[in-house]
Amino acid sequence: MPVYKKYVDMIVRYFPDGTIKPLAVWWDEGKIYEIDRILDIRPAASMKAGGAGIRYTCRIRGHETYIWLEENRWFVEAKGRPIGSVG
Amino acid sequence: MKRVILHSDCNAFYASVECLHRPEIRNEPVAVGGEPEHRHGIILTKNQIAKKYGVKTGEPLWKAKQRCPSLVIIPPNFSLYLRFSEMARKIYLDYTDRVEPFGIDEAWLDVTGSTSLFGCGSKIAEEIRQRIKTELGITVSVGVSFNKIFAKLGSDYKKPDAVTVIPRDNFKDIVWPLPAENLLYVGPATRKKLNSIGIHTIGELATTPQSCLHGRFGKWGDMLLDFANGRDTSPVAKYDSAYAVQSVGNSTTTIRDLKNNNDVKMILFVLAESVGRRMREQGFKGRTLTISVRDNQLYSITRQCKFSKFTNISVEIANKALWLFRRVYSWTNPIRSIGISVSDFEHDTIPTQIDLYGNEQQRMRLERLDGAVDVLKRRFGSYCVQRASLLTEPSLTHFDPKSENTIHPVGYF
Repeated sequence: MPVYKKYVDMIVRYFPDGTIKPLAVWWDEGKIYEIDRILDIRPAASMKAGGAGIRYTCRIRGHETYIWLEENRWFVEAKGRPIGSVG
Repeated sequence: MKRVILHSDCNAFYASVECLHRPEIRNEPVAVGGEPEHRHGIILTKNQIAKKYGVKTGEPLWKAKQRCPSLVIIPPNFSLYLRFSEMARKIYLDYTDRVEPFGIDEAWLDVTGSTSLFGCGSKIAEEIRQRIKTELGITVSVGVSFNKIFAKLGSDYKKPDAVTVIPRDNFKDIVWPLPAENLLYVGPATRKKLNSIGIHTIGELATTPQSCLHGRFGKWGDMLLDFANGRDTSPVAKYDSAYAVQSVGNSTTTIRDLKNNNDVKMILFVLAESVGRRMREQGFKGRTLTISVRDNQLYSITRQCKFSKFTNISVEIANKALWLFRRVYSWTNPIRSIGISVSDFEHDTIPTQIDLYGNEQQRMRLERLDGAVDVLKRRFGSYCVQRASLLTEPSLTHFDPKSENTIHPVGYF
C-alpha cells in the first residue's frame, strides 16, 4: 500500500504556558477521530511521507499512529494515493 | 588541555532535504540548481546518484543535463533549508554552547567541557549522527579531532553518514598521506603552487622547512605548516545567532556579457545597493570589500581592499568596487558574471571616530538618503526609486539581487 503525506485539520488545545495538546483529527468527510492518548512526543522525520517536525505518537480507537507537527501544519502518513493523482 | 572538537557536515544538504520531501525522486539523480530559464542556472548541490554521473557543483545546468539526461533539477527553496539548518543547530546546542556555523550546512563544535557529561568525542559524534538521521531525515558526516582543521578533514574523510576520529597520537598515519588540497584553505591556486615545489601530500607539507614556505607564501605559509602539523589552536566561537553573519554579498550573471567599464558600473551599482540595503537591515557596517569577476571563458578572479572607515553606504560601496575593478581588470575578455561582498563587520550602533579631513557631513547626508530610499523600497517595491544611470539600459539592470538572493553551500567556494 503506497503512503503519501496528507496535511490534516487538527483540533488542538493551547495551554496558558504555551504548550499544546492535539485532541482530535478532523478527517475529510467531517469524521472526527479523537486522540485517546498521546504516548510519545519527539522530533522525528517521516521517511515515508517526506517531512520532519515534532512527531506525536497517538492512540486513536485502539490503533497507534503518528501525527507530525511541521512548523504550523499537521500531517499524517496516509495510506493510498492523494486525491486527484494519476496512476 | 586536550581539546575535543567535532565538525559536522550535512551531506549534499539541499539535495538531501529535497529528497526527504519527495520520496518519489529518492532513487533518481537529483540536483538543486538556480532557475534554468535564466542564463545563470548552476548546480548548487547534487545527490550521490547524480555524482556518479559526474555532475559537478557549480557547473551550468545545461552541462549537467548533457552528462546526465535523466537528471531531476529542482529549484532551490532556501527557507526550507534554513529551517533544517536551524533544526540541526538545535541538536548541536544540546551538547555544547560552542557551536560555530560554517555556512548553512556545516558547523564546528567544541565538546571538551561536555565529555564528562555525554562521553568521549566519538560517542557524542555518533549520537549526533544518529539523531540527525532520525530527527531530520538527512545524513551527516562528523569528524572528531583535537583541532578544527583536522575535525574538518575528518568530516570529509568518509561520506555520507559516518564518523571519523583523528586522534592526537596517530594523526600522522591518517592525515599525512592525504593530498594537500584536502586541507582547509588550500584551494586550487595554492595547490598548484605547492605542487610546483614538489609538495603533494599533507605529510610533505608538514615536513617542509618553515623558511621555505614562509618565503613562498608569507604568513600563510606559517599557517599552513601549523595546520599540517596539527598545531591549529583557533577556538570554536560561542554560538550567537546575531554573529552568525560574517559577510553580505551579491553576485549576478548578466543577461549579456559586459563589454566596458560603463556596463560594469551599472551592474556594480545594482549589486552595491542590494548589499548596502541588506547590511543596513541587519544593522552592520563593514570594512573589507571583495569583488569577484568571471569572464566569458569562465576564468575568474577575486580581489579585496579595505575601506578607510566602516560603512554601509551604497554609493561608497559601489565607488570603491568600481575603483578596485578598474585597478585589477584589464579587459582581456568580456565579463559573464560579477559579484560584490562586504565583510569584517561591526554593529552600526558603535560610535565612529570621525577625522578632520573627511567630509563627515556629506557621509551623514548619504546615510540619511539611503535610509529614505530603503523605506520607499520597502513600501513600494525595489524598482520604485532607481538611479538615472541604470535606466540607460533597463534590460541589463532590471534585476533585484536582494529578493533573488541565493545562499550557496560552503562547498561551492
